[in-house]
Amino acid sequence: MSTPAQARPGRAGGGTAGGGRGQGRATGGRGRASAVRRAPWILMAPFLALFVVAFLLPIVYAVGQSFTRVERSGLFGEAGTTSGFGGLENYRQALQGTAFVESVGRVLLFGVVQVTVMIVMATVLALLLESASAKWPGAFRTMYFLPYGIPGVIATILWSFLYVPGLSPIVDVAGAVGLQVDFLGPTTVLWSIANIVTWAYAGYNMLIIVAQLKSIPGELYEAARVDGAGPLRIAWSLQLPLIRPALLLAIVFSIIGTLQLFAEPQVLQSVSTAISNEYTPNLAAYNSAFNNNDYGVAAAQSVLIALAAFVLSGLFLALTARKDRS
Amino acid sequence: MSVAPPPTGRSRSTDRAGTTARAAEDGPTERTAGRVATPTDDTGGREGRRRRPTTTILVTAVLVVAAVYFLVPVYWVLVAATKSTDELFTTSGFWFSGSPQLFTNIGNVLTYDGGIFLRWLLNSLLYSGVGAVLATYLAAAAGYSLGMYQFKGNGLIHGVVLGGVLVPATATALPLFLLFSQVGLANTYWGVLIPSLVSPFGVFLCRIYSKAAVPVSVVEAARIDGAGELRIFHVLALRAMAPALVTVLLFQTIAIWNNYLLPLVMLADSRLYPATLGLTTWRGQVDRLPEFYQLTIGGVLVSVVPLVILMIVLQRFWRGGLTEGAVKA
Repeated sequence: MSTPAQARPGRAGGGTAGGGRGQGRATGGRGRASAVRRAPWILMAPFLALFVVAFLLPIVYAVGQSFTRVERSGLFGEAGTTSGFGGLENYRQALQGTAFVESVGRVLLFGVVQVTVMIVMATVLALLLESASAKWPGAFRTMYFLPYGIPGVIATILWSFLYVPGLSPIVDVAGAVGLQVDFLGPTTVLWSIANIVTWAYAGYNMLIIVAQLKSIPGELYEAARVDGAGPLRIAWSLQLPLIRPALLLAIVFSIIGTLQLFAEPQVLQSVSTAISNEYTPNLAAYNSAFNNNDYGVAAAQSVLIALAAFVLSGLFLALTARKDRS
Repeated sequence: MSVAPPPTGRSRSTDRAGTTARAAEDGPTERTAGRVATPTDDTGGREGRRRRPTTTILVTAVLVVAAVYFLVPVYWVLVAATKSTDELFTTSGFWFSGSPQLFTNIGNVLTYDGGIFLRWLLNSLLYSGVGAVLATYLAAAAGYSLGMYQFKGNGLIHGVVLGGVLVPATATALPLFLLFSQVGLANTYWGVLIPSLVSPFGVFLCRIYSKAAVPVSVVEAARIDGAGELRIFHVLALRAMAPALVTVLLFQTIAIWNNYLLPLVMLADSRLYPATLGLTTWRGQVDRLPEFYQLTIGGVLVSVVPLVILMIVLQRFWRGGLTEGAVKA
């Protein structure tokens, strides 16, 4: 970070008075300073324009749509449609349909279990890889990280073959030892999805944790050992507290990811009848828009999902921050 | 006794980035300074003391079990791709076919429906390649502006972009489709490409990084020598920001390559599909037409193998880059 004494390229504060002062004078006074003033806007313009088009407008539009009711007149809407302000009607419909609320509950359950399993798994693997007892840590790390490079949809297609009876060698092997497994039934399919997500992202989270572990100075290990701490004690009392920031971050990202669950259940729909059109909140929004042609409700659902993601991650960060202080 | 390695030439500049990140962001970013120092060193942070053999065996056993879990699906696809449709259902899934026909299967994948699969692959390359390069350049320019210039609205723009990082991509896909269909951009290459050009995370990272890595004194000197602002950015700043740019590029490439919802809602014409979307349409047809089993499995293999090779080749960057970005964000 530069010290305050170092001149910054731009001038602090806006205002045009005294435009030629500062470093601008060195090469030609006012013209130079205005070039410095213009430059960031020229550089930012393309990004800002696209940001408005691809981010701000859709969000504003979605919020607008979520408050708009479209009334179809005539038996099949053939007499045209009229749209107008609908207040919270779309939100009422979205929350009144039990399916949507159930889907929120489903992904929350999914999140609590899957994120926990995945983070624990990633942490254990990272600690083992970084322990002195691990052989070939580099090779193992690469293998664990590999699934991250495979798109979620492709991973789901891949696993779908391993879930389907008749094709799946896993079902075959289980059957040979007398186990009847059904990966795609109403009670199991949620965990089959959890398995796909864990498979895809555990290695990535492991890598983040490894990076944090590597940043722990060797002297700390030294000191712990001098104090007589064994490897388990070092992991629990030294390594885990120090990788906490990485763990928190991984958890927050995973929570946001869980709420958005879409591709996996959508692809698995073709092999499992247990996955309804409203299985996850995003699937429900997609269904409202493209199967029911009700963009208002779909927009309301999208807004609710985004809000939930904000609230949950905020809540989680606030909770952990409070624990930090006490 | 092995300890964390001393900072190398490369890590020194990134060390500054970490320091700034800490100063600027506070909170989750703390303790990131040393992370880049280690990619070249496998033993950093390890305790270095020889353990009893039983511990080694136990630890290795756990690691092997985990490796099997992560590799089995990929192995299965390799095995299955050598089989005929009949063999898929009659032979063991874990061993290769007695009469392998890998190349016949791959040939079928590539020629089916006039080579539509190759077209999907090329589309994926186009979306993620062009999209990620342009997105990185735009993010670099915007991040550099926010990091290096002080002007009215700087804080506001930064705040809004930061909010963009938190908005789920799935929340914008639907309204984007509705908006784009009104201006005729839905169901075109542009419909997928334009949203891919925006990386708020990239701007966020480039802003932090430019503050730390672009030397203000050199920028000043260049100004005195009469270099224009745009020239300073293109010649000086882009080079200084290279490590951050690699991170943004990798992230954005993966993000676009993996994107499913956006092309799904945006595209109706299958000739515009990326490989992910194309393969799901094949997967959806297997119940009616069993030959799609082989096509889908072959297609998955063809699209996974380059990615796996890429992951291994780019390992060094992943380690230094991806995690850096993730820990920072």
